[in-house]
Amino acid sequence: MTVAIIDYGSGNLRSAAKAFERQAGAPVLVTSDPDAVARADRVVLPGVGAFGDCRRGLEKLDGMLDALTEAVVAKGRPFLGICVGMQLMADAGLEHGRHPGFGWIGGEVREVTPSDPALKVPHMGWNALTVRRAHPVLDGLGDGTDVYFVHSYHLAARDAGDVLAAADHGGSITAAVGRDNMVGTQFHPEKSQAAGLRLIGNFLRWSP
Amino acid sequence: MLKIRIIPCLDVHAGRVVKGVRFADLVDAGDPVEQAKIYDAAGADELCFLDITASHENRETIYDVVRGTAEQCFMPLTVGGGVRTVEDIRKLLLAGADKVSINTAAVHRPEFVAEASERFGAQCIVVAIDAKATAPGTWEIFTHGGRKATGIDAVAWAERMVALGAGEILMTSMDRDGTKAGFDNALNRTVADRIRTPLIASGGVGTLDHLVDGVREGHASAVLAASIFHFGEYRVSEAKAHMAAAGIPVRP
Repeated sequence: MTVAIIDYGSGNLRSAAKAFERQAGAPVLVTSDPDAVARADRVVLPGVGAFGDCRRGLEKLDGMLDALTEAVVAKGRPFLGICVGMQLMADAGLEHGRHPGFGWIGGEVREVTPSDPALKVPHMGWNALTVRRAHPVLDGLGDGTDVYFVHSYHLAARDAGDVLAAADHGGSITAAVGRDNMVGTQFHPEKSQAAGLRLIGNFLRWSP
Repeated sequence: MLKIRIIPCLDVHAGRVVKGVRFADLVDAGDPVEQAKIYDAAGADELCFLDITASHENRETIYDVVRGTAEQCFMPLTVGGGVRTVEDIRKLLLAGADKVSINTAAVHRPEFVAEASERFGAQCIVVAIDAKATAPGTWEIFTHGGRKATGIDAVAWAERMVALGAGEILMTSMDRDGTKAGFDNALNRTVADRIRTPLIASGGVGTLDHLVDGVREGHASAVLAASIFHFGEYRVSEAKAHMAAAGIPVRP
């Protein structure tokens, strides 16, 4: 089984790679090669920073967007987007202008605006999940499981059925989305200690 | 609901953990990667390394420490100390840090914070501020480990740093650091109430009640402590149980 973590210059992938290797019990491929992504059995798209920057970073890798579409949409390989990697699954992102997403999950990535002005942005730290729809990748991460978030925008999904889990920060924040062979987490499983490692293990075993 | 974070901080000198009192009198306290693993297992919410290595030739040691930690601890890691250029930040992030904290370099050139935030994202840019009270309700920024006054008002500075793109403010009271007399809650509250981003309270923790006070009175989103955890006075789990009993939301 080849697990490809896409490296497009968005932050450090060492920790993510180590977390996946620990759960896979085998090396994973950290790659910027579109052919490797198109051939992979599972694809992970991490992402930190701004939506538009991440989009541009992917576009700079000639053929990567096509390879991602081939692996995930055409071949139906299990896909996990993390943080901005999850946000890119949306139709569009509204951070510093409007930027197109992949259009895999209907909806837009909008600024987090807590109803209570005392609540801080970025939404940074450990927050509890509320599971909206049971999913194999969330197995063992029930209501109240704390996971690590750090973001100022979130995916406002058009279809509530695509939302797997939410968190509360002066309003509901989309914590995980999923459809068919795709899942995405706004939180960082690779930074969420035991709960995060569990999710990564679930993803590696998942047969959508 | 977002939890209040407990962040153990390790002062690292030439690849070893040390902890000084009032930024002097260093005492060796072990291997940073081993310490990090202990805190990871103990349920610390984040980890912070402050690199206090002065000599240039030993500066590279921090990257090894960060690499070793990131490979074994799957929790957020902030690294500060001597971060002066975009290249310094890039190297720390590539080694496995999730956030970097900028202190003196921001005072020398505030635009550095904006450049760093645009390049890497506000989520990984922490601005560390070392402040001392100069009059009731007034605090001034000091650099060079608290030795050099700048004449800059700490509260206005924190607001400016957030406007430039800091994702978080790490506020250290130089009056309290190492004293075990508790955080400067008036300072922290004044700043926290004026900024949109989280504030991490630092400097002065001696008892578990101080952590509670840092949140209740100081309005901090996170509390940072070094010596009470290093020298085994309290475990992270005890700190969490104490805060939970006081009604503060913490991760179990």
